[in-house]
Amino acid sequence: MSDHISRGTLLACAVVLGILMLVPLSGSRYLIDLSTEIIIYMLFALSLNVIIGFSGNVSFGHAAYFSIGGYTCVILLTTYHWPVVLALPAAVIMAGLVAAFVGYFCVKLNDIYFAMLTLAFSMFVWGVAFKWRSVTGGDDGFVGVQIPAWLDSRTAFFYFALVIITVSIAVLWVICHSAFGRTLIAVRENRVRAGFVGVNTRRMRWTAFVVAGTFAGIAGALFGMYNRGMYTESAFWTESAQVLIMTLLGGMYSFFGPAIGAAVLYLLDVFTNQFTEYWPTVLGVILLAILLFLPEGIVGLAQKIRRRTSARA
Amino acid sequence: MEMLLNNPTFAFLQLMNSISLGMNLFIIAAGLSLIFGVLRVINFAHGAFYMFGAYIVYTVTKLWGGPFWLGVVAAGLGLAVMAIVIERTLLKFLYDKEHLMQLLFTFALVLILGDLAKILWGTDQYSVSYPAALSGATNLGISFFPSYLLFLSAIGPVIMILLWLAIDRTRWGRIVRAATQDREMLSALGVNVTVVYTSVFAAGAFLAGIGGALAAPRVAVVPGMDATIIVECFIIVIVGGLGSLWGTFWGALFLGFVTQFGTVLVPNWQDVLAYLLLMVVLLIRPWGLFGRPEGEH
Repeated sequence: MSDHISRGTLLACAVVLGILMLVPLSGSRYLIDLSTEIIIYMLFALSLNVIIGFSGNVSFGHAAYFSIGGYTCVILLTTYHWPVVLALPAAVIMAGLVAAFVGYFCVKLNDIYFAMLTLAFSMFVWGVAFKWRSVTGGDDGFVGVQIPAWLDSRTAFFYFALVIITVSIAVLWVICHSAFGRTLIAVRENRVRAGFVGVNTRRMRWTAFVVAGTFAGIAGALFGMYNRGMYTESAFWTESAQVLIMTLLGGMYSFFGPAIGAAVLYLLDVFTNQFTEYWPTVLGVILLAILLFLPEGIVGLAQKIRRRTSARA
Repeated sequence: MEMLLNNPTFAFLQLMNSISLGMNLFIIAAGLSLIFGVLRVINFAHGAFYMFGAYIVYTVTKLWGGPFWLGVVAAGLGLAVMAIVIERTLLKFLYDKEHLMQLLFTFALVLILGDLAKILWGTDQYSVSYPAALSGATNLGISFFPSYLLFLSAIGPVIMILLWLAIDRTRWGRIVRAATQDREMLSALGVNVTVVYTSVFAAGAFLAGIGGALAAPRVAVVPGMDATIIVECFIIVIVGGLGSLWGTFWGALFLGFVTQFGTVLVPNWQDVLAYLLLMVVLLIRPWGLFGRPEGEH
């Protein structure tokens, strides 16, 4: 990972952003909805990668922060009639605070125990969302979310989400490529050595956890508003697994890999559903193929192909 | 709370329910614990194995009109065969990869097996009746109690003892225990480690299969029953201590009590209580209430 964003990557980002900005001009409701969902999942997957790709811990409960952001945002908007400019930041802060609390304990553990504790906490969040009917709507979901008039149209919401997500991804990029991000990679590669050279590895992993939870909270809050509701499935462990697959499919050792993975997986989901209801099987087969043949994801494959062609030239 | 204190019969029934639930959970979780102990793989597909066990007993008893016990045996053997095929064709390529890869592999199985169950059995909810010999209630002096649940309470310890004998007293068990300590050394000593792994994966799936078959008369047989049981199994093996058989036994009993008494004391919140307990145990004793910290064997 280079310090400066390469010209090619920058160009690719500009092209993607340009195309996304033009989407509403197509006038297709379907296309706008699809794009909104994809960019939300891109941010969700990128946020998870701060824990996995940069600090090397596998979180199996990242859906918790997504749904905390989502539920907080829609509840503040609807039950308490907060304006969006307050509800959205409050939801993000909530997700960040909970991530700080849970992360403090999680980073005391490693490997399987870390994964299990994140899983346990996300199931706890799921259980609360499921049973605390009076606040969350329980298994019927929290529906009837009130969105202010200026955000009510699809196009307006799409641009709103696009701005927030673009800024969030830029901030994430800066964080991941700062001295902090570099040190995280050192922690991932060799925790003991990083500790020897004076890095407080536990605090580094904790900070990564909080950053990841906060940005997942942004994705979740946008999702809740876009979806006009939150459902308990968003907190279930299978949702955490899905975003993990996105990250892995794109490639967890590159910054933008997870975003590519999210887009590819989401498009595949939509595409497959036109032909068969058995999307999980398709997803399972994709996952098997990545594990057995593509351990570094799409980005890893692309790099390998580029290296091979340039070696030949 | 008052019900428990003022009504001894009610309290006794809750106690018996806890034990029968715990023992049923033990059979399933023992398979997960066994697989983790040897293969070091957290098997997310264990819940799917359990679900297949329940569907198989439904097929044998309801569709083919066979006896319940035949269904249980068919569930165990069917799952063992399925596990052998999965292990030989796919899982064996992933042993030298990271934990994350193996974990995600078992998750891919969850997705595929879940759909396979929908293709084979549809999305309807099925019920399986108690076997004829155990359909009544037994007089326990204090109160009557369903004979089938009493049978579940008894079969748990029987399976525990059989497993202990198999692992502690047989040649296979010695090799399995050696494999948990040092697989390279075992291989260097001329033991075919591959066969050990396959047999352990099959034995774990066998337990999930009969666990699911035995649970079928107790629960609704539906798609999605795999996703909830797997979290319960995780709670059990972590609370008990990963890879420890006795820990799994006590962990299962513990979860049985938490769930059953939670239903009475904090109605509707018993699941949340169980997740909370899992978090507390992970924080205070990550190696489990009945396990030992790693490196202190």
